[in-house]
Amino acid sequence: MAAIAPAHKVASRHAGLVRVTHWITTLCFLALLVSGVEILISHPRFYWGESGNVLTPALFTIPIPASRATFPTRFGYVLPDQNGWSRYLHFQTAWIAVIAGMIYVIYGFLNGHFRAGFAGYNLVQRLTYLFVIFVLFPLVIWTGLAMSPAIAAAMPGAVTLLGGQQSARTMHFFVSAFLFLFLLVHVTMVCRAGFRNRMRGMITGRSSTQ
Amino acid sequence: MTNISRRKLIIAGATITAGASGIAIAGRLAERYGLIPPDGGGVYGLGETMTYAAQRVLTRHASAREFASSQISKKPFANEVAPLGEEFKQLQESAFSGWRIAVDGMVARPASFSLAELKSHPAQTQITHLACEEGWSYIAEWTGVPLSHVLQLVGTLPQARYLVYRSIQSDWWESIDMADALHPQTLLTYGMNGDELPVKFGGPLRLRVPRQLGYKSVKYITRLTMRDSVKKFGKGLGSAAPEGGYAWYAGI
Repeated sequence: MAAIAPAHKVASRHAGLVRVTHWITTLCFLALLVSGVEILISHPRFYWGESGNVLTPALFTIPIPASRATFPTRFGYVLPDQNGWSRYLHFQTAWIAVIAGMIYVIYGFLNGHFRAGFAGYNLVQRLTYLFVIFVLFPLVIWTGLAMSPAIAAAMPGAVTLLGGQQSARTMHFFVSAFLFLFLLVHVTMVCRAGFRNRMRGMITGRSSTQ
Repeated sequence: MTNISRRKLIIAGATITAGASGIAIAGRLAERYGLIPPDGGGVYGLGETMTYAAQRVLTRHASAREFASSQISKKPFANEVAPLGEEFKQLQESAFSGWRIAVDGMVARPASFSLAELKSHPAQTQITHLACEEGWSYIAEWTGVPLSHVLQLVGTLPQARYLVYRSIQSDWWESIDMADALHPQTLLTYGMNGDELPVKFGGPLRLRVPRQLGYKSVKYITRLTMRDSVKKFGKGLGSAAPEGGYAWYAGI
């Protein structure tokens, strides 16, 4: 690597595995977000407990148009049904994200990444990243799986602990919203810390020291 | 090229080769143990196969949760169906006394049953959840004959791998694997909440598959066919659902 002769100091920033899993997760995150919103549009109403439908009281309703004529809205039109490919895409990318996440976490523990790799961050940043990796991601997987009728059959405790399948759906929505908020803050901070240099760090693994 | 990058290249090559052969071996095993769904090809085939295979390995014998009668939804929601045809209306006029369900395909004794005949067999009642892929749900008490009982009567042949079931609405058909077909909670349902199964909920006869989402519980059942493959039905994707863009397996 001596061929590279930098004009200024270059520091090794992110390991290859961290960069690869980061960008796989980024793509999955966006696919899950788009498909998740599409699925939400077919029934933008939330409940608490085991069951709920348009005839029962809602916890809250999101005032947006729906993709089903059976769902009452104050809009005079029905959006096209996109649930088929959205569900296919949602589950496929969830698998990829979970596998990438597991590789990242195992690598992180073996390599001391969660200590050494986080060296450049302050306490709030470290706690935020750890909260996202070890609380929000597991929670979004758990609440998602708790909506599955087959998983509910095999692991009923995973559903009742959340308060029921509709509670799981409501929590899945809020955890996803928190993850989206994290994405916004994360991208904002990358921009403020020097977008080009930070992107270079996550793409090539190297960035200039400041 | 320096030593480090050459070593990295070799490691990366070995990893990719190992990964590719791992996927190939996993594919062979999945095929052998019937873990590839009929719509396991195409862009989303990998995800579908992983979901179906994982759920079959982990949940094959699991029972859907059953609830207390106090948890039955006071207001269940009946999803809309395509307009019911003339044939249905005529049967409805005679209180479905002429309704018959045929059982054929890979069975030793093909047969056909009227509703009265089905009701003469031991009934099962279960309080289970019906969840729509859209996100809404309700809990109801369902009464009917376990499908496994009917399959025992007609004698399913050992080579049968799928049950194809059809509605009186000709473009509505589905299929399930043997794990669901023989599952004790899969119910040929004619009663709901202590009454006859209302037409809007699928009466006179609905196949309840409680470990999958609502769209697998087809309404107005008229025919059950046992087959070793679903390739010759429709576009060969297993049911009308994948032809309309939805997954064949709806355990998630």
